[in-house]
Amino acid sequence: MSIPQEHDYIGLSEPLSSEKISYKMAAAAAEGVTPSLNVEKIGVFNLKETELRLGLPGSEAPDRKGGIGIGVSLFGKELKGESMCVKSFVSGAKRGFSDAINGAGKWGLSINGGSAAGLGENGGSNVKEEIPALKPVEERKNGASITAPASKAQVVGWPPIRSFRKNTLATNTPKKDDAAGKPGPGCLYVKVSMDGAPYLRKIDLKTYCSYPEISAALEKMFSCFTIGQCGQGLAAKEHLSESHLMDLLHGSEYVLTYEDKDGDWMLVGDVPWEMFTDSCRRLRIMKGADAIGLAPRTMQKCKSQN
Amino acid sequence: MDRSKLFIGNCYAVSPEIVARRFRRIKSVTLKGKPRFSDFNMLPLDWGANVHSWLVMFAKVYPFLEELRLKRMTISDESLELLAKSFPGFKALSLSSCDGFTEIGLKAIASHCRNLTELNIQDSITEEVGGGWLSSFPENFASLQVLNFSSLNGDLNFDDLEKLVSRCKLLRVLKVNDSITLDQLQRLLVHVPRLTELGTGSFLQELTPRQYEEIETAFCNCRNLQVLSGLWEATSLYLPLLYGACASLTFLNLSDVPLHSGEFAKLLAHCPNLRCLWVIDSVEDKGLEAVGLSCPLLEELRVYPADPYDRHHRDGVTELGFLAVSRGCPKLHYVLYFCRRMTNAAVVTIVQNCPDFTHFRLCIMTPCQPDYLTNGPMDEAFGAVVKTCTKIKRLSVSGLLTDQTFEYIGQYAKDLETLSVAFAGSSDWGMQCILEGCPKLRKLEIRDCPFGDSALLSGREKYEMMRSLWMSSCSVTMKGCRLLAREFPRLNVEVIREEGGDEDQAHKVYVYRSVAGPRRDAPPFVLTL
Repeated sequence: MSIPQEHDYIGLSEPLSSEKISYKMAAAAAEGVTPSLNVEKIGVFNLKETELRLGLPGSEAPDRKGGIGIGVSLFGKELKGESMCVKSFVSGAKRGFSDAINGAGKWGLSINGGSAAGLGENGGSNVKEEIPALKPVEERKNGASITAPASKAQVVGWPPIRSFRKNTLATNTPKKDDAAGKPGPGCLYVKVSMDGAPYLRKIDLKTYCSYPEISAALEKMFSCFTIGQCGQGLAAKEHLSESHLMDLLHGSEYVLTYEDKDGDWMLVGDVPWEMFTDSCRRLRIMKGADAIGLAPRTMQKCKSQN
Repeated sequence: MDRSKLFIGNCYAVSPEIVARRFRRIKSVTLKGKPRFSDFNMLPLDWGANVHSWLVMFAKVYPFLEELRLKRMTISDESLELLAKSFPGFKALSLSSCDGFTEIGLKAIASHCRNLTELNIQDSITEEVGGGWLSSFPENFASLQVLNFSSLNGDLNFDDLEKLVSRCKLLRVLKVNDSITLDQLQRLLVHVPRLTELGTGSFLQELTPRQYEEIETAFCNCRNLQVLSGLWEATSLYLPLLYGACASLTFLNLSDVPLHSGEFAKLLAHCPNLRCLWVIDSVEDKGLEAVGLSCPLLEELRVYPADPYDRHHRDGVTELGFLAVSRGCPKLHYVLYFCRRMTNAAVVTIVQNCPDFTHFRLCIMTPCQPDYLTNGPMDEAFGAVVKTCTKIKRLSVSGLLTDQTFEYIGQYAKDLETLSVAFAGSSDWGMQCILEGCPKLRKLEIRDCPFGDSALLSGREKYEMMRSLWMSSCSVTMKGCRLLAREFPRLNVEVIREEGGDEDQAHKVYVYRSVAGPRRDAPPFVLTL
């Protein structure tokens, strides 16, 4: 199954360019659907992608919440460079998440803390009570306090926390380690849970290059459970309208979602692959019916951003 | 010499050959490898500390080897196989912060070590380790007393685990990884009610009321539990399952589960005998107040940051939480505290409340952060620590610090053995104070401080009496390092080269005493001067 390049950038390996952002925003505006939370996030992420560094006090870095992050390398590997793999997409005959992912469009799905999606009853200590406000992107300054060493580009290894601590609010995200300069076997393990399945699985996001690949792999992994057919005819749609969303969710038995670094639950497929692997903390294969309850909120969010 | 236990604090301080000549009948070996900063990605991979050459020697000379304990070393599958096949009486393998192996090596251990009593893997990096190794224990194998695979990734065949656990009647320590669910845990607990240390798996699962009850009962039956850890993703809904097992708990490790203050306080109320508590700062100052109220016997507290890289530092704990603990826990002597703000006044009060600190590791997470009330340096805080806590052995300093801090340390901390310094000091004088003032200093690790060659060389007489010195991103030059190396042949002065860095600067310096001479296995980026 090929993904029409000009319609969306899912699966492409180039970093997101500002050109593409404005194209999307323009197109979205033309369609009357505000790109909302996501595109602004994309803007933020884009800057972050190019700045893998933490400044010292006095120098400000773009705001970044959560995640083992900038300047800290798990294994000295440069994420961007390494993931430019040119694997062919899994052209699975079986429909499953692939369609959902292709057709997902550019909206994000945010789940609140007492949501009907089953998170509420678990207390969800990782889920915030309100939709977090977007943080503004700050320009980097190069001032340094008097006693700090001359402004350094990054602070590797600070604070002194073991990088592989399972700290549950962060994923193991390998970043470039300038000091080491050596690549290593980085990994990006995230948990995958499926509603109704009695166990969790863990996958290494780094072993996949695209959404169709990961969806095929997950289908295989959880194939012993019922996976229904996803909605049809959405591959060609670029922007999501309410009716499309409903179609998607009504048509599919399961929907693939992920929790990002801010604790928001999003539908898999609406940001560039790299951004997804960057921000994905864990995956959840959710019953479509549960996700439906979120849809009105999502659409409202889209509209209110206008 | 006729002892049977060998402890080697730095694997490069001595060589396998020298050890083999010197010691004849060794049954237990502890080996430590990489400098501690390797935990924080400050050392390139393949820096070294590979245990293989040691094992080759041990296989020849110590056939009766029973125990191997490694910390921060690399151990390959090949090494594990060698280990498994060379020592028929082998009993205990402990790997702490190690790397280099996969399930293949573990399979070898499981298959061949018939007398294994301990398999203890902690904080170790592996690729996804499949669960097949666990199924490699022979059918009649039943000698395991300690099984810890909590930090291994990968799913297991649960049936094999259950069978193993049910056979090993002497099992007293069981720490599983987070692929094990709650109801699976219950099935395990049924077999080992006499467990003294438990690391649970994932604590998040939709349970039927019956399952909930069964799990609750299983925990109630664990009357001997002293140590509890794991609890991944536990929330207020599931924590009560534990209450029945907490009466005799002395060590509660919540460093893998970020809790809120409310649920944390409720849990603490059931743990009256806690001596050691590790927690994430999501519990906030309020949670630490509960510690002060509920844990009068507390001796050790570690507070880890939920979000270490959050630039805005809104959440977490402050000086208030630490103060609250110090008021309620007079026996506190070990603290590791990650916080976003601190004041001199608070620390002064804290050490007055708890004068018995032996380990004081304070990490104010923004480098060079001043006292947030006075906006001045944090010198007086650490001054108070070393003046009041006469038994201080280990110190980690942070915040805005001038040379005054180091003057205090050199003057008062006469029992100090380990010192960690980052983003601190004003001049070479600071480091000199330490090197000249602390007679028992063994390990000194410094990063991002304005200490140069003069400081480095001021300690030249001392380094042979220490285990090691680490200096990175300071102002040391190659020239200074060469001077030191030339004058002291029994010191290994190693410089780790940075790509594209200034050729004259010594970015990462590792100095340690050694009778083995320069490393023979040094990778190209490690220069021994």
